[in-house]
Amino acid sequence: MTDATLKDTAVRRRISLPAIPVSVALAIGWIVAMLVIAAFAEKIAPYGYTQLDLRNRLAAPGNVAHWLGTDELGRDVLSRLLVSIRISLLIAFGATAISAVVGTMLGFLAAHFRGGVEQFVLMLTDFQASMPFLIMALAVLAFFGNSLPLLVGLMGLFGWERYARIARGLAISANAQGYAAAVRQLGATPSRIYLRHILPNIASTLIVSTTLVFPEVILMESGLSFLGLGVQPPMTSLGNMVGYGREYLTRAPWIMLAPATTIVVTTLAVSVIGDWLRDKLDPTLQ
Amino acid sequence: MGRYFAIRIGRAALTIVLVVTFAFVVLRLSGDPALMILGPEAPPEVLAAFRKAWGLDDPIWLQYLDYFGAIAKGELGRSMRDGRPAIELVLERIPATLALTLPAFFLKVALGVPAGIYAALHRGSGVDRAVMMTAVAGFTVPSFVLALLLVLVFAVQLGWLPSGGQESWRHAILPITTLSLGGAAVLARFTRSAMLEVLGQPYIRTASAKGVPWRKVVTSHALPNAAIPTVTILGFMVGTLIAGAVVVESVFAWPGVGRLLVVAVANRDLAVVQCILLLVAMTMVSSNLIVDFLYGFLDPRLRAKGAHA
Amino acid sequence: MSPPLVEVSAISRSYAMRSGMFGRSTAVHAVDGVSLTIRKGEILGLVGESGSGKSTTGRIVLGLEPPDRGEVRFDGKPMAAPGTAAWRAQRARMQMIFQDPLGALDRRLPVAAQIREPLDIHGVGTIAEREDRVRELLRAVELTPAHGARYPGALSGGQRQRIVLARALATKPDFLVCDEPVSALDVSIQAQVVNLLCDLQAQLGLTLLFISHDLRVVRQISNNVAVMYLGRIVEIGSADDLFARPEHPYTQALVSASPAPGRRSAGRIVLAGDPPNPAARPQGCAFHPRCPRAIARCASEVPALSSVGGDRQVACHLVSGAETREAA
Repeated sequence: MTDATLKDTAVRRRISLPAIPVSVALAIGWIVAMLVIAAFAEKIAPYGYTQLDLRNRLAAPGNVAHWLGTDELGRDVLSRLLVSIRISLLIAFGATAISAVVGTMLGFLAAHFRGGVEQFVLMLTDFQASMPFLIMALAVLAFFGNSLPLLVGLMGLFGWERYARIARGLAISANAQGYAAAVRQLGATPSRIYLRHILPNIASTLIVSTTLVFPEVILMESGLSFLGLGVQPPMTSLGNMVGYGREYLTRAPWIMLAPATTIVVTTLAVSVIGDWLRDKLDPTLQ
Repeated sequence: MGRYFAIRIGRAALTIVLVVTFAFVVLRLSGDPALMILGPEAPPEVLAAFRKAWGLDDPIWLQYLDYFGAIAKGELGRSMRDGRPAIELVLERIPATLALTLPAFFLKVALGVPAGIYAALHRGSGVDRAVMMTAVAGFTVPSFVLALLLVLVFAVQLGWLPSGGQESWRHAILPITTLSLGGAAVLARFTRSAMLEVLGQPYIRTASAKGVPWRKVVTSHALPNAAIPTVTILGFMVGTLIAGAVVVESVFAWPGVGRLLVVAVANRDLAVVQCILLLVAMTMVSSNLIVDFLYGFLDPRLRAKGAHA
Repeated sequence: MSPPLVEVSAISRSYAMRSGMFGRSTAVHAVDGVSLTIRKGEILGLVGESGSGKSTTGRIVLGLEPPDRGEVRFDGKPMAAPGTAAWRAQRARMQMIFQDPLGALDRRLPVAAQIREPLDIHGVGTIAEREDRVRELLRAVELTPAHGARYPGALSGGQRQRIVLARALATKPDFLVCDEPVSALDVSIQAQVVNLLCDLQAQLGLTLLFISHDLRVVRQISNNVAVMYLGRIVEIGSADDLFARPEHPYTQALVSASPAPGRRSAGRIVLAGDPPNPAARPQGCAFHPRCPRAIARCASEVPALSSVGGDRQVACHLVSGAETREAA
């Protein structure tokens, strides 16, 4: 490639970046709104999420006092929804961060040490990928009982194997030929090679994987909470609310519809952003 | 080829060992089994006798081996709720689960695979876009939400179908629909991308450039090659036949293995949970093995490589 | 004559290679008993086809991987084991120039940061001194500080190789291994980079191991040349002499196949048979199946590398007679 064409593509890339499709813009807007809600849930919420209003039980949405209605105990659905978003996002972010860090680190360890360490990591990734995570999670919950930190940690074990595989594969190819080998022979320590060189180079692929794992963590957590085995009352999460609303499906479907819609739109938004990022950052990843 | 299968079988055995290890580690980390089973009020001498009887005073590696031995003999403990052997409880629930998941599996394949192939062959068409949108919905709408929506529409609003229970075949319609819709969407999306991948290969272009009729290119070149990744995901779906029913059985009060698991987890009925864990591991491992064997026949490269190995 | 900087004695390296995904693994002897001496300030050219083991030799000489047998001594001391702190510290004195400069650079860092990297790693000078050194290095490889702010993707192939060169020179090393440094570049740019390398070598008194399959480039740059075939050195001698009067039939074939001014291509020796495959090394002299002059002995007995007068050494049954002839 000549210099002229190189410059040309660089310029074209710079121009095309701000051209965000409408669906992606909406998705980003939704996620930003969710983050704002998660940060300020208690301040925005019109009522305390456990506050009872016994005169307005099972009030329908559109009510002046309760925009999204109330539940069986007269608790404000909107306030509960806001707090639920906060808890669910907290779990999803915490868990995604844990699985990204743990997975990437294990992948790097496998790539660096090869041999026994690599075989061990590969064995764990195969195992993790071949067992349905929901069952493993249920088993852990059965044995250990439940708490928020445990739940975050448990969800953090979800999806790490994808990061591990990607990190290992890309680190091995970087080590075999190319910049990592070059930096290594400059005398760089392994931590410098992996953190300063390999990590930034594979970051885009890892970020795309994050957009795949994140919605699944939300679905997994809400599924567990829906079954009554995740977030425990009086704390509330999106799945928890759906599970509670299920009891009042006939009389007050709005209790369940509000959190259900939030779950669906949030996972959809992250997937839309993820697809877009994948096309932008990493066209090779399927 | 023998080497290929030996590796696969070895890996399957390894997965089972890992699951058992997982169960053992989690069991031991979660606390003193004597206290857990007998309760905190149990007198110390009873606890001591229990520990001795179950070898809990032995070194940990010996306990680990004993645990393996017990599982190999099929001694999976008794349910804490009614004292019956856990394996009996689990086995008697299996037919109910299969009554939902098997029809759902066939529906998934019957809907998803043709939709995916059609979408790939008519890329960009209305059908393609509809398939893709449904597939995205299938991923983003969790099964418990789909189940509740179906109940809301068909049981509550229209009153056509019952919302839960297991009295007649009509009770199975909504759970089966819930299970198939999501899976079919995933399968359609997967089949579509597998087909598109194959259709983009040079040999497909070569075949059609040589004048082979398109219909023949698709049936004799594209489909067999796209079948390989599709079989993998199908194998995975067979493996999740039991696990996939957890949520749906709970929503529809269907007395299968999945519901048993949820109840057992809520009651911390460890023997039952452990038994289901092993059952799921066995199904996963055996379906993966079957897929690997099928691979051997579907992938001629594998056959060729195996031949001179 | 200057003292030796690098002494390589009888190094061997083999890899386990699997045929196919499930095949049995076989040992591939990439390098088999290679000995070399490179004196301070000397440029040794290492020539051979792909699969001859020249790159592996380069990596072992630089200490990037350990030999299975044999030893590499640098400046009189044995090479530290790869990955150790001593080995990392030693990197400041020896560097590698790669065939693919784009692959050898990190696409996500401006090139100036990459030139500075060895200084950061080895803790050379203050931050300001490092910045000065980077500017000095950019000038030395005939680039401007403006180039330093760019990313590798925004530079041409020749410019990238100059960046790699500048980075390699940052810690003022004594020894460079150049593995096909110009073969990925356009022919017109090859000459510029080779000339730059020659100039820098002369200015800085560098010692070079220059690995290439391209005889023209090797001839232009090297003082001495070693020819490798399937993991062994088949001929070694001073560059001018070796190219003028190749003794080994393989060297003769290589030289005749390489275009040279003032020589007609009529006398070109065309090699028969398969190109060398390190996984299936022939018995006896590895070259005998393709050798136009092979005799029965070549198929059974491995010829040893022996002196044929002057500084020339050849490993060939047919040529070793020359030794006795001259001695007589």
